[in-house]
Amino acid sequence: MAVPQPRIGVVMYPGSNDDHDALWALAALDAEAIPVWHEQPELPALDAVVLPGGFSYGDYLRCGAIARFSPATAAVREFAQAGGLVLGICNGFQILCEAGLLPGVLLQNDSLQFICRDVRLTVERDDLPFTARCARGQELVIPVKHGDGRWFAPPQLLAELEAKRQVVLRYAEPCNGSVDDVAGVCNERGNVMGLMPHPEHAVDPLLGSADGALILASLVEAARERAVALA
Amino acid sequence: MKATVLVRPKSGILDPQGQAVESALEHLGFTVSAARVGKVIDLEVDASDAATARAQVEQMCERLLANPLIESYEIDVRA
Repeated sequence: MAVPQPRIGVVMYPGSNDDHDALWALAALDAEAIPVWHEQPELPALDAVVLPGGFSYGDYLRCGAIARFSPATAAVREFAQAGGLVLGICNGFQILCEAGLLPGVLLQNDSLQFICRDVRLTVERDDLPFTARCARGQELVIPVKHGDGRWFAPPQLLAELEAKRQVVLRYAEPCNGSVDDVAGVCNERGNVMGLMPHPEHAVDPLLGSADGALILASLVEAARERAVALA
Repeated sequence: MKATVLVRPKSGILDPQGQAVESALEHLGFTVSAARVGKVIDLEVDASDAATARAQVEQMCERLLANPLIESYEIDVRA
């Protein structure tokens, strides 16, 4: 029997600008990458969803604050609540936090500068659908490009998240002022993850690093397992 | 009814924008400290009395205008 290609949707909001990079990277990693327009109130049949980077709705009010009211975001919420795999990258991470699907919030970088460079990350969890191809403690090099990437949670919430091991990735050196150098978190159930670095920009050594493929290929593989289970 | 919402970064939240403003004011020769930058949102609310308008604006703040993790808000309602 042929191995099915997992179907992974990428939501396109007005102002998304890494949607095509995400579609390209997922297709390069052997997924069927499917654009999902933000006005779609229902998702097509999907094995996973990616919320891409960009500046949805101009980042007005707060990053991600308006996108959380899109019809597609409501559909993504239902998908996540049913156990579906959801990965938010950069602006997608901000949207998931504003939507309450992930803990914390992303604030303006402490330097006030837009940061656009490769960063070193440490993997804290390798038992998630998003990190199965990584090893705990492994260092990844993946680029960031954001003005508002300073993840924040109040001390009590942060302590709870650390105790429940919801921090998935940390910057190996200070980057944007995030508390505890948090670069990526997951929900308690482990089916929703967000990260500020851009794995879709690091899937080919020609672009400086292919470490992003470890994260996206983990997602593709987990989505494939779900597609097989459903077939 | 007219309403004005003041959204402020909560105390204890690092406000780099406020720090930059403070340092620019110091460059101008002013002696200031603890500058914080927030937002003002002016609204016209379709409500017959101030109490109803305030209740609506509180809902708006809770659901959209402020993020309770990092921001506090104040509401002013007038005819």
